[in-house]
Amino acid sequence: MLSPLERQILNQYQHHFPLSTTPYADMAKALKLSEASVIHCLRGLMRKGVISRIGPVFQAKKMGASTLVAMAVPTERLETVAALINSYEEVNHNYERNHQFNLWFVVIAQTWADIIQLLAEIETITQLPLLNLPMETDYYIDLGFPI
Amino acid sequence: MMKQLSATDKQLILATQAGLPLCAKPYQQLAQQLQLTEQQVIAKLEQFIQCGIIRRIAVVPNHYKLGYTANAMSVWDIDDDFIDALGEKMAQLPFVSHCYQRPRHLPIWPYNLFIMLHAKDKSTIHTQIQQIKQQLQPHYQRYELLYSSKILKKTGLRLNP
Repeated sequence: MLSPLERQILNQYQHHFPLSTTPYADMAKALKLSEASVIHCLRGLMRKGVISRIGPVFQAKKMGASTLVAMAVPTERLETVAALINSYEEVNHNYERNHQFNLWFVVIAQTWADIIQLLAEIETITQLPLLNLPMETDYYIDLGFPI
Repeated sequence: MMKQLSATDKQLILATQAGLPLCAKPYQQLAQQLQLTEQQVIAKLEQFIQCGIIRRIAVVPNHYKLGYTANAMSVWDIDDDFIDALGEKMAQLPFVSHCYQRPRHLPIWPYNLFIMLHAKDKSTIHTQIQQIKQQLQPHYQRYELLYSSKILKKTGLRLNP
C-alpha cells in the first residue's frame, strides 16, 4: 500500500521536519530527489489520508492547565451528559469507554482554578461524581512511530 | 507551569495546529498571513520547541488509516516506590505511545499508571499486555484494559483570547 519512498518519508520525518525557509527542498536534498517530487509524494499521502498533517505537534500542558476526567454515567443519561460535556470549549477530547467509568474527557484551560470551577459546575449540573486525574509525571520518550 | 502566550503566539499556534501549508515556502506563507516576517515565524517556532510548547515538527501519520485500529488505555496499580523506574521502562516499549502517572482515587480508582497501546488488532493488544505484565511483576497489584467505543468529541486546541 505504501511505496518505499512514502515509507521512508513517514519514518524519517516524524521528527525534525526542517525549520528552514525551504523545508521541502531540504528534505529533497537529504532524500536525493527533487523538491517537486517530495511535495508530490506528500500531497499523495495527504490525499490518501495516510498523514493527517505536516506541522507542529503541540504539548497542551505547556500552554496552560489540563486534566483527564472520568465519569460513571448511567447508560440512559449518556447522550445528555456527553452533550453537556461537549458544549464546553475547554473540552477537546471526549471518549466513551467500555468501563463503569464510561465517559473520559480532557479539559484544557488557562489556570488550574478554571478547571476546578468547570468540574464543580459539571458535578452540580449532573449530580454525578467525577474522577479528576491530572497528569503527575509524563514518562514520554519521543520514539516516533515505526511504519 | 503556565506560560504567558502573547497574542502573536496564539495566532501562530492557531494558524499551524491544522498543519503547515504544503508549498515550497510554508513559513513565508504563514508570515504573510500573520503579518510577520518569515524569520520571525521561524524564530518563534524555534522558541516554542525550546520551551516545550511544540514537541516536534513532523509529518504526522494517521495511525488509523495505516491499520492501527485497536487503541487501548491500560491502567495499572503500581507500587509507589517503583512507579518512576517502571514508568520510564514502559515508555520505551515500541507499541506504547503515552505513559503517564496519574493520582489514585481510593477506593474507587486504585490505578496510578496509564499506558496507551496501539496495534492493528485486539489480539496483538493482548500480547502487548502479557509483555507489560511480565515487566511489571511483581510490582503491580492489578490492571484494567479500556477500549474507546465511541469518539464523542475530538477538536484541535482552543485558546482563550
